[in-house]
Amino acid sequence: MKIAKIQELLGADLLCGEEYLDHDVWAACCSDMMSDVLAFVKDQGVLLTGLLNSQVIRTANMMDMVCIVIVRNKVPTEEMVELAEEHGLVLMRSPLRAYEASGVLYAAGLGREVADA
Amino acid sequence: MPEPIRFHFDVDGENFTSAGEASVAVKKKLRQLGYSPDIIRKVSIAMYEGEINMVIHANGGKADVEVNDDEIVIILADTGPGIPNVELAMQEGYSTARDNIRALGFGAGMGLPNMKKYTDEMKIDTEVGVGTTITMKVYL
Repeated sequence: MKIAKIQELLGADLLCGEEYLDHDVWAACCSDMMSDVLAFVKDQGVLLTGLLNSQVIRTANMMDMVCIVIVRNKVPTEEMVELAEEHGLVLMRSPLRAYEASGVLYAAGLGREVADA
Repeated sequence: MPEPIRFHFDVDGENFTSAGEASVAVKKKLRQLGYSPDIIRKVSIAMYEGEINMVIHANGGKADVEVNDDEIVIILADTGPGIPNVELAMQEGYSTARDNIRALGFGAGMGLPNMKKYTDEMKIDTEVGVGTTITMKVYL
């Protein structure tokens, strides 16, 4: 799925990384616990979270993720946006709650494409 | 054998916001040196977990990375409170982090087990009241 499609499906505002919108991603994960993201995630390109601090961006960077979606319309700090830009990540915010946002992406096939293939 | 490439970082224990900067820097260096994404990910995740631990539990410390021909060695040394029961600390889900740390997205008790998982060797030298030194190796 293109990152642009994720933005469209989640009605999200783009905060940075416009140049990467046509990149493909195959899976996503949703967590406010960066510890668990570091421990359990494998090859998910998208992180959905309601947590707001710079470690969200660093965790995504460590895991080679390409897109972060902040849910519940929370506003990331300026530092988060700067860090995301620096690391070449797409950062967006969606009015949807984490559960809804995950459901929308899952229903649209994200994370199922590989399993169904 | 050529001289190993060494990196040294002082990890600031006062500042949670900057925690992880050393790991980000190492990740960038390893990428420049042309290592595979798999190796880079192992080293940087293990180091990042360790760096976060040093900031959460030990008021910072020192991080050293040595890139050799056959392995990458990460040494994280702090003068924090030490780990009273290493076996317990290695259990997934065991954490002594306070709620304010959990609110920041860490302290799930996955740090040390995760560091072990992502590295080929891990050694913990710790003494209560003196500090902890963790040595991790990733084979190349």
